Amino acid sequence: MKKLILTAAALALSTGFAMADTVRIGTEGAYPPYNFINDKGEVDGFERELGDLLCEKAGLTCEWVTNEWDSIIPNLLSGNYDTIIAGMSITDERMETIDFTQNYIPPAASAYAALSADADLSGVVAAQVGTIQADYVAKSGATLLEFATLDDTVAAVKNGEADAVFADKDALAPFVGSDMSWAGDDVPLGGGVGIGMRKSDAELKGKFDALITEMKADGSLNAMIKKWFGDEATVF
Amino acid sequence: MFESCADPSQLEGLNWFLCYLTSGKHMLFYTSFLVVMALMVITAPIALMFGFGGALAARSHVAPLRWLGKGYTAMVRGVPDIIFFLFVPVAMDQGLEYLRNLYKCPPTDAPIWANNEFNVCAAAKLPLSTSPQFWHEAYGFALAVIAFSIVFGAFAANVLYGAMNAVPRAQLETAEAYGMSPKQVRRRILIPQMWTYALPGLSNLWLILIKATPLLFLLGVEDIVYWARELGSTKSAIYDYPHPDWRVWYFLVLLFYYLGMTRISEIYLGRLSARLSRGQATMAGEAMRKAGA
Repeated sequence: MKKLILTAAALALSTGFAMADTVRIGTEGAYPPYNFINDKGEVDGFERELGDLLCEKAGLTCEWVTNEWDSIIPNLLSGNYDTIIAGMSITDERMETIDFTQNYIPPAASAYAALSADADLSGVVAAQVGTIQADYVAKSGATLLEFATLDDTVAAVKNGEADAVFADKDALAPFVGSDMSWAGDDVPLGGGVGIGMRKSDAELKGKFDALITEMKADGSLNAMIKKWFGDEATVF
Repeated sequence: MFESCADPSQLEGLNWFLCYLTSGKHMLFYTSFLVVMALMVITAPIALMFGFGGALAARSHVAPLRWLGKGYTAMVRGVPDIIFFLFVPVAMDQGLEYLRNLYKCPPTDAPIWANNEFNVCAAAKLPLSTSPQFWHEAYGFALAVIAFSIVFGAFAANVLYGAMNAVPRAQLETAEAYGMSPKQVRRRILIPQMWTYALPGLSNLWLILIKATPLLFLLGVEDIVYWARELGSTKSAIYDYPHPDWRVWYFLVLLFYYLGMTRISEIYLGRLSARLSRGQATMAGEAMRKAGA
């Protein structure tokens, strides 16, 4: 009996080590060019490329998982996946429940987009639920209208439900053109975008932190940001 | 899918649409229709089984069994479906992982629930982190089937309980007079006759089940609603097939799909109802007898 328990424990331990090599990455898949689902049905975008590269360098097998934005933190905490790479800005509020690696995108501008450049930014403003932009709008005195996805916020402006939409400038850029334009000034928000992890996963966090430092130093991270966000993007 | 679709930016008109509608993402959309149908086809018999068990338990002469049957229907019927759908998968998932944690993990002092986190060792994860994504999806689907079955089973239990009580007492008494045991009465007289009374209620449940399938989306299963929303949303130039907001068209497709499903179901249920009424001491059965005579 004792022997059996020992073998079982040894087996459990050894499988435990083998499994540590697989990291499941949670993302939203609806926030181009950060992350989106391409026409093949796969997760694609800046974060896919970065995440895959980080995993390759760390010698980890990574599996991408899509999850709704508003339950992305609870599902990380309950262990459905191990990291969040979903354009999530580092904020004090989020730091209370999860940990972040250092930022892999520098603090970037958020912006208003509306049907005309002189839209009323203190009227009804749409933002994605649970984002730093939604917090900002609520505090700005405007009436906040929250939606589950970025697309829904833009649709709300187009059909007149909201006067303007407030989101990451890079994510809004594709929508601004013929029928929508920027409104008001850009607003710098948040502490940049980092990889979210459970507080108990310090080892994994250390690994990714070291790799991001390395990529910042050799300029490869900046090159990747420029590739996906354009030459004018803020870099390190 | 087709060779000619290699460079979507060069496509126009009908060819563009043909390639667009056969993109990998659309294939996932079409597959999700099968997932939804699988859910209905798998859930219905399991729910019926739950219902049967619940109804028989509620009629039992053994008090604890009766309490169990009545308690099950009362509890599930009294809680909003959505709350149940949100509760059951999370509770089952954490419960199962907790149990696996007890015998798969090396003993540690670290608490499982701490700082908002639910932490079991890698070996206790269900499915394992190393399993292919397919198993994660199958697991999520299985949890959904269980949640649906428990909820619809409770409603079915109530319908069947009522149907069993609706079988004329004289029929059962006659059987008893022939010397059949309670078991024989149940199997030969009660159950064959109750279906005709149960069918209207069960067919209602089936239609409600069809219409409840978009709740899969709430459970994180990538169903037709998920893909319709994803495919329909505005696609910028970063995608191979850019287009404006087309969600209304995708939702229109879903609308017709559900209408079609319910219509086909009604036709078959109508036939089944006629089949079950034959020779029954009900108005429908009587009408058939007269028409035949």
